[in-house]
Amino acid sequence: MTTFLQFLIDVLSLGGAYALMALGLVIVYGILRLVNFAYGELIMVAGYSMYLMSGSGLPWLAMAAVAVLMAVAAGIATDYVAFRPVRAKSVTAVLITSFAFSALLQNAALLFISPRPRNVPLPEIFSETVQFAGVITPVRNLITIAAALVLLALFSWLMRRTVIGIAMRAAATNFTMARMLGVPANLIISTAFAISGLLAGVVAMLWIGRIGAVVPGIGLEPLLIAFIATVIGGMRSLQGAVLGGFLLAFIDTTLNFTLPQDLLKFRDAFTFSLVILILLWRPEGLVKGPASGQRT
Amino acid sequence: MIKNLATVLILAGLIALLVVATEVVGVRLFDRIALNLCIALVLVLGLQVFMGNSGILSFAHIGFMGIGAYTSAVLTIPVQMKGMSLPDLYPIVAGIQLSPYFGMLVGGLVAAAVAAVVSYPLMRLSDAAAVITSFALLVVLYTVMTHWSEVTNGPRTLFGLPKATTLSLAAGAAILAVIAAVAFKESRAGLLLRSSRDDEVAAGAMGVHIPRLRWQAFILSALFAGIGGALWGHFITSFSPKAFFLKETFVILSMLVIGGANTVTGAVIGAFIVTAVFEGLRATEAAINQAQIFSEQVVGLTEIVLALAMIAVLALRPGGLFATHEIGALLSRRMRKKTEDSP
Repeated sequence: MTTFLQFLIDVLSLGGAYALMALGLVIVYGILRLVNFAYGELIMVAGYSMYLMSGSGLPWLAMAAVAVLMAVAAGIATDYVAFRPVRAKSVTAVLITSFAFSALLQNAALLFISPRPRNVPLPEIFSETVQFAGVITPVRNLITIAAALVLLALFSWLMRRTVIGIAMRAAATNFTMARMLGVPANLIISTAFAISGLLAGVVAMLWIGRIGAVVPGIGLEPLLIAFIATVIGGMRSLQGAVLGGFLLAFIDTTLNFTLPQDLLKFRDAFTFSLVILILLWRPEGLVKGPASGQRT
Repeated sequence: MIKNLATVLILAGLIALLVVATEVVGVRLFDRIALNLCIALVLVLGLQVFMGNSGILSFAHIGFMGIGAYTSAVLTIPVQMKGMSLPDLYPIVAGIQLSPYFGMLVGGLVAAAVAAVVSYPLMRLSDAAAVITSFALLVVLYTVMTHWSEVTNGPRTLFGLPKATTLSLAAGAAILAVIAAVAFKESRAGLLLRSSRDDEVAAGAMGVHIPRLRWQAFILSALFAGIGGALWGHFITSFSPKAFFLKETFVILSMLVIGGANTVTGAVIGAFIVTAVFEGLRATEAAINQAQIFSEQVVGLTEIVLALAMIAVLALRPGGLFATHEIGALLSRRMRKKTEDSP
């Protein structure tokens, strides 16, 4: 029972973080069909914002809020730098510009800050543990679960009940038609990037909370996780992304609990091979999204 | 036909000119740059064979470069060195020691064989799904290289490769790559594949077996990558898996994108330009670091400029410098115009 509870908390907290990462990626992909390679760098931006503010004496929550806002700004910058100039051109062009923008941000961090890890201020509560029902677990796992629940609820309310959310879903289904009915394309696209940045910022707080430091390459792992989760869940479905996140966390945790030590180091190779297999069996992912539309 | 011959001759001439110029100048630094450029040419042309003709972005290319480098390393490191550089190597291969030239060939073939096995099912995918799986493939290859200590010495540096790559060998390989890339592009398979790039549905409806054609191009491209990797390995003589990951991918991709992915000319010119810019900036970086203008080391400037150049090229000239026509075709058109004008 204790092991089961431990397992459950692990899956839920990891899955919550994964689901948020995947959601941030898929909100952009769903509307624009852009695989945003610079997504991981939004997390990096939030992390470095925390580092730069660490001496400012602000309360942690205020710093976190500013860091999340910086991630939102970086998300909108992705739109302007990497996406808008080549929007009307081929899918490949957009992919390459987002890849280039990712390299740009990473190397800017290398150049202007440092290649070495930088410590990020964390509140006390992140390093505490609690014990209940015989399970010892870090508080930050519970915070992750709570944050994921709140954000997912907020997000689903936004997409279902607000005008902008409905317009975004319409644009994801048929961009041209949505535009003809008066949905402003640029606003929708920028909003998608801003939401993506918001999710990345929150994920950054939770993710960096595990490590306590930020390096220029920190975005790669969340990016890969988001890729896998969205691919498993369905590239064009928001629910699919959340499902994929939790499923991936389930697979990872199960492998952690069961794989022998000398195979564990190949875990990434296992998960990625799994992705390839799932894509072959279901190129659309587990949950089918709306029929694909045009971008411009 | 004449056009293609002209293209091959001009591009090969450019490479030959590079070799001659380097020999004449005789500065060791230029020697290294020219050699790196020739190896980059092999890699970029390999990527062009797949990406240019099929229109699908592939991230896995550098992974195959790694396979080539490691295969050749395992086969050519002198037997007495192997105890030190690869202590856990399987006994069956531990006794083998081939000549480096043979090792490079085998490296290319092994990379092509791995590509053939792994990629066939992936070739059904297009667009974003294809890109993400190729990215996944790169990560799989990288993870395997980093952790398969018996063969790759794990994340640590593998050393002891015999130095065998000379400038003329690398230039020869680059010229062969130019010929092969043009030949594939103009072959029946290349033409059909290009038709599928321009309109997948129409090409499929005409009976083009798209997955199989893409597969052929991918294998050829992996062969180039493997040979390029082995050439690089025998030039640098010690390397770690980190050399075959995103940074290298980014450089090779920027060469292809800036030059123009759809043409062989674009790939070659892109490699020349990016190498020139890259080395220039690297020298600047080194000079700044030497002069200690800033308290910390300057790193990453080169990549920032490359990234900006890539975005600028794609925004202003999405096809790259040579978007649709090879240099031979461009020249022959100009010649024809002249002859038409003159009488």
